Amino acid sequence: MGKSLFQKVWDAHTVGTIADGRTQLFIGTHLIHEVTSPQAFGMLRDLGLKVKFPQRTFATIDHIVPTINQDQPADPLAAEMIAAIRKNCDDFGVTYFDLASGKQGIVHVVGPEQGITQPGTTIACGDSHTATHGAFGAIAFGIGTSQVRDVLASQTIALQEMKVRRIEVNGDLAPGVYAKDVILHIIRLLGANGGIGYAYEYAGDVFDRMSMEERMTVCNMSIEGGARCGYVNPDAKTVSYLSGRPYVDMTDFNATAARWLSFASDKDAHFDDIVKINAADIEPTVTWGISPDQGISISENIPDPATAATPLEKASIIEALEYMKLTAGTPIKGVKIDVAFIGSCTNGRISDFREVARYIQGHKVAAGVTAIVVPGSQIVAIQCEQEGLPEIFRAAGFEWRAAGCSMCLAMNPDKLIGDQLCASSSNRNFKGRQGSPTGRTVLMSPVMVAAAAITGSIADARDLFTLETASAAVA
Amino acid sequence: MALDPVPFVTGRAVFIPGADIDTDRIIPARFMKCVTFDGLGEFAFYDVRFNSETGEKTEHPLNDPRFSKASILVAGVNFGCGSSREHAPQSLRKYGFNGIIAESFAEIFYGNSTTLAMPCVMASAADIVAIRDAVEADPTVEVIIDVKDLKVRTSSGLDISVKMPDSAREALLSGRWDPIQELLDNDKAIDAKAAELNYV
Ligand code: SF4
Repeated sequence: MGKSLFQKVWDAHTVGTIADGRTQLFIGTHLIHEVTSPQAFGMLRDLGLKVKFPQRTFATIDHIVPTINQDQPADPLAAEMIAAIRKNCDDFGVTYFDLASGKQGIVHVVGPEQGITQPGTTIACGDSHTATHGAFGAIAFGIGTSQVRDVLASQTIALQEMKVRRIEVNGDLAPGVYAKDVILHIIRLLGANGGIGYAYEYAGDVFDRMSMEERMTVCNMSIEGGARCGYVNPDAKTVSYLSGRPYVDMTDFNATAARWLSFASDKDAHFDDIVKINAADIEPTVTWGISPDQGISISENIPDPATAATPLEKASIIEALEYMKLTAGTPIKGVKIDVAFIGSCTNGRISDFREVARYIQGHKVAAGVTAIVVPGSQIVAIQCEQEGLPEIFRAAGFEWRAAGCSMCLAMNPDKLIGDQLCASSSNRNFKGRQGSPTGRTVLMSPVMVAAAAITGSIADARDLFTLETASAAVA
Repeated sequence: MALDPVPFVTGRAVFIPGADIDTDRIIPARFMKCVTFDGLGEFAFYDVRFNSETGEKTEHPLNDPRFSKASILVAGVNFGCGSSREHAPQSLRKYGFNGIIAESFAEIFYGNSTTLAMPCVMASAADIVAIRDAVEADPTVEVIIDVKDLKVRTSSGLDISVKMPDSAREALLSGRWDPIQELLDNDKAIDAKAAELNYV
């Protein structure tokens, strides 16, 4: 029997087994940011340890960076955190993409764009959306700060092996159905805890056709389905995306590419579970609750607790509706919004902004709606400028900001106020996620966010724009 | 680095209702603006403990004086889902919790907690209800999480079988819950692996 990509990468990186039975896994690439790393460096200093392979850790700042006057955090705590990561990278010899480097951005946008993210590798980061890098056929997962310390000190962590679930999506996505809808649909079907203990392999012709950026959108939200990592097998698209990027060694690129591709799952690989989904069943999907699995298609009604299958489900619907201030059994379409946010490591890449810009010309953000657009990295921002995208967004009434996580988790000044409702292209709709303890988040694709911004309420983008099949997917 | 084994933890317990309690709820992101974990304890569950407009205490169980001495947290399914932030278990630990009983846990949270010597055990839905009823009837009931026997026992007479991955149990019982020394001890094997992996 053949092996899955997960198994191949896991085996290639296994150093040994520690006494409690866990695998000591070698971490090929380590990414760090300002929020979860300072305590790890503190622990390292307390223990008198050095960074074992400083050249295998890459740092940037994203979570707390302001998106207006990026280099001037008004908040002294934010300034302290930026000073700390600068000093730590300096003291320990770690590569750091600072604001002035022109390469700063959300860690999960920076890794792929620099070519640091590569197939057949293990990637860890003190951030649960590290699974994003799985789009390249890497085994990439989030770790806690003590494990950040472990990676810095030993380039390894202790980890329990995961099972592998293959999720096959075959068929054609309808126009207006994006990668974001595919992953929201998967999470809705399998639940927010359905993936606990699993790595997700996304396979089938829908993922084969997706661009690298769309694959990143899907892998990014694996953790929202409970899976610590998710990946797509590397193919010709993966290779061509990486070719020529700064951290890709081009000396014998054919051999490198062949090695990368050899990690793809074998045809007869064993999977612990297989789920099959028909692409035609996927509609533009939005969340209505406070967990990413509380999603419905745009044409459905908000669930009614009376129809819940179990008392537990009933209680969670009631809790979600109370928090979201939504009415059971009524359409989600038409619910008024206050804020629209396009950005984050889920949907803050060049293709996301291009796709929205194709449709918003001639439209205006509705009165009373604040709409902000935040590129995922400085490089994405520059690319957007070269293509004239900021003007298109501004003309339509959107605010164009500088790179960072921004309102995805609102550790910078971009926050909801009171119980504002935000149509958001980010990945989490948890209570208080966007900076106000009573703020409300509705997750959706960037084009759906744009439609909501223009309409002033949650809308079906297909009613407003003449949508074509996602441009990147057919390319 | 010899650490203390954790064969059991004991104390009073508090039940926190709800499924999928995420790490943003346990420690809201704005309190993560810090370069050390010290001082996180007072912000545990902050946004559900205090009304955001009035600043007044809510009816959250952690505000209930009957449970003010609780050191064991009892919860439902998928506890600790969401972000990888170790700030979440750190804040619970610093708040005074030393063990968690839930129906299920998110993986990263689970590993982070074990590394902090905070045992997390899984009980059936019915058993969670039984523990909840026992501590709500009498908040002074002593609860023991027995890592060795994989049991939760209460002074009110409950004796419940619970689950925990072998590796976590072994790590706690042998005082190897923080694996750093073991990882470092394999330095030679790490170097060999680095040499073998052609991209490192
Ligand atoms: S964009 Fe959001 S999810 Fe992504 S790394 Fe930043 S805070 Fe985390």
